[in-house]
Amino acid sequence: MESLIHGVEGFMYPNEIELQWSILIVLYPYLTGLVAGAFILASLERVFNVEAVRPTYRLALLTALAFLLVAPLPLQLHLGRPERSFEMYLTPHTTSAMAMFGFVYLWYLMAVLILEIWLDYRKDIVLMARQSTGYLRQLYRAMALWSDNISERSLEIDDKVGRFITIVGIPSAFLLHGYVGFIFGSVKANPWWSTTLMPVVFLFSAMVSGIALVMLVYMVASWKRGTLMDMRCLDTIARYLLYTFIIDFALEMLDLVHRIYEADESFKSLDFMVHTQLYVPHILIQIVFGTVLPIALLGLVQLVRLSERLRKGLYVTAGVLTLIGIFAMRWNVVIGGQLFSKSFLGYTTYKLEFATREGLLPAIIILLLPFLVLWILVRLLPPWEREEPAG
Amino acid sequence: MGIDRREFLAKTGKFILLTSAAAVAWDFLRAGRPEAAPNYKLQSHWWAFAIDIEKCIGCGNCVRACKTENDVPLEPYYFRTWVERYHVPNGNIEHPEVDSPNGGYDGFPVRYTPGDGSKNFFVPKLCNHCAHSPCTQVCPVGATFDSPDGVVLVDKTYCLGCRYCVQACPYGCRFIDPRTMTVDKCSLCYHRITKGLTTACCETCPTGARALGDLKNPKDPIHEFLRTHKIQVLKPQLATGAKAYYNGLDGSVR
Repeated sequence: MESLIHGVEGFMYPNEIELQWSILIVLYPYLTGLVAGAFILASLERVFNVEAVRPTYRLALLTALAFLLVAPLPLQLHLGRPERSFEMYLTPHTTSAMAMFGFVYLWYLMAVLILEIWLDYRKDIVLMARQSTGYLRQLYRAMALWSDNISERSLEIDDKVGRFITIVGIPSAFLLHGYVGFIFGSVKANPWWSTTLMPVVFLFSAMVSGIALVMLVYMVASWKRGTLMDMRCLDTIARYLLYTFIIDFALEMLDLVHRIYEADESFKSLDFMVHTQLYVPHILIQIVFGTVLPIALLGLVQLVRLSERLRKGLYVTAGVLTLIGIFAMRWNVVIGGQLFSKSFLGYTTYKLEFATREGLLPAIIILLLPFLVLWILVRLLPPWEREEPAG
Repeated sequence: MGIDRREFLAKTGKFILLTSAAAVAWDFLRAGRPEAAPNYKLQSHWWAFAIDIEKCIGCGNCVRACKTENDVPLEPYYFRTWVERYHVPNGNIEHPEVDSPNGGYDGFPVRYTPGDGSKNFFVPKLCNHCAHSPCTQVCPVGATFDSPDGVVLVDKTYCLGCRYCVQACPYGCRFIDPRTMTVDKCSLCYHRITKGLTTACCETCPTGARALGDLKNPKDPIHEFLRTHKIQVLKPQLATGAKAYYNGLDGSVR
């Protein structure tokens, strides 16, 4: 704590010197964004009948689930009194964006994602229950809710209900991540956050990151399994990634241009920050390497006829850059929003520790955890295209 | 299946109904409530605060009294009230030099020479007890709440320590108490004012620069103060309904 004072430049209100929201709170919008994006990609196939992305449909759903399950973890770890967190459900304060987010999260997890995955997999689960033995059989039977009914009629109902849930799911996914944006965008005390564009920017950046993630997971999974990558599918996903990225970039630039042009009371403060402390994470990592470069790479594929091998290389590069860029965007919002004083007269610094409760180590673990969950989910519920087994 | 659809729906319905009823009851039991004081009627008061910048000498009595009275951690990052020193050279209100060493707890070391063409003054700060407080609005569980007598209070036994309110306060009046990991802020010495006393900071201010006022009491001197001075609140553009009224608030003050 003693060292805190040395990181301060100019004047900060005395209570402001300590940063309130750490890297864990950066992870939270990052993870939820990946969920929303992955789900929206999945719904492309289901609702809009984009046949080309079919190979990633189930994988995208499982990815969304894996990340959604981990998403509350950084929040929980950050709370001063984590044992009281359930009060948010028992006695929610209705005017609080944060309290209402708990319900949006629960709705999305229970009513949309789990139900949709269950309905889509129900036939497989029943078949797997029939084929397996021992504990695994018990597990699959429980997952099928002890039902053994896979008659044509019941599958038809599954499909119908599943379709309906996806249709409800799209606005829910929008809500989920738009809401995260609102949590920041509605804080009028903080001019770096307080903009109506925030939920929209969050939403589009979520779609960008989720699509990039599923694309990468699909490529890695195909490579690990030694199966052929469906290039038509990859090309289509990359095209959607490009389109959403362009919208996202346009919105972010609109926000930036608007701020520069209006130049209100907070502008000097924010401008100074972007030119100093935030120069690397904002200008270089987020905008140049995390946005402009991947857009250029993805755009190149659209303009020039390239070999399959080269396209794959470009997709991997663009995907990784995108994920880094969107992470930087979350970082710049959450951490950047706390580096300047609300008096607009001074700046503080964020010192990232390593092996503390809110340090880099837990952040890395939390970031890797969804992949472990996804690995288990994929084992349990193989998302790969299969030949129809005799029922 | 040992359970039919009708039964399932009935059971689910009952479950949902009963849990929500329990939640409401729980809410009622646990919700933040002002401390009780005999003979104190919540409805008969509406507390506000008057600060006269022209009278403040930056002695730091208020900061020390507050920390002692309210058991505020002594480290220089935790203040329920603090004092800022403004130095405005050549009337340049856009770029004041501001400092608040240890929140003014130890007073202010001499830094500026009189007659250098600058404007110098002290600004005491504390929770504005906003009528439309952004911190209350964002608290996810209602641990921060507006009491009916116009004081913004915190129920420390209920706070999650999520720090959303700290972000939402435009004036930097909140901090996380490192001992309890819950939020803390000026309570307007609620334990004192409900017993007919004034706040610790007002009690110890040697020049009368700070005064607690009850807007519902027609005889309270705050009415006279508000009527006869040029009054301003901090950051009026944010429309928080701040009730810390300043006399002599310079345009350079943030």
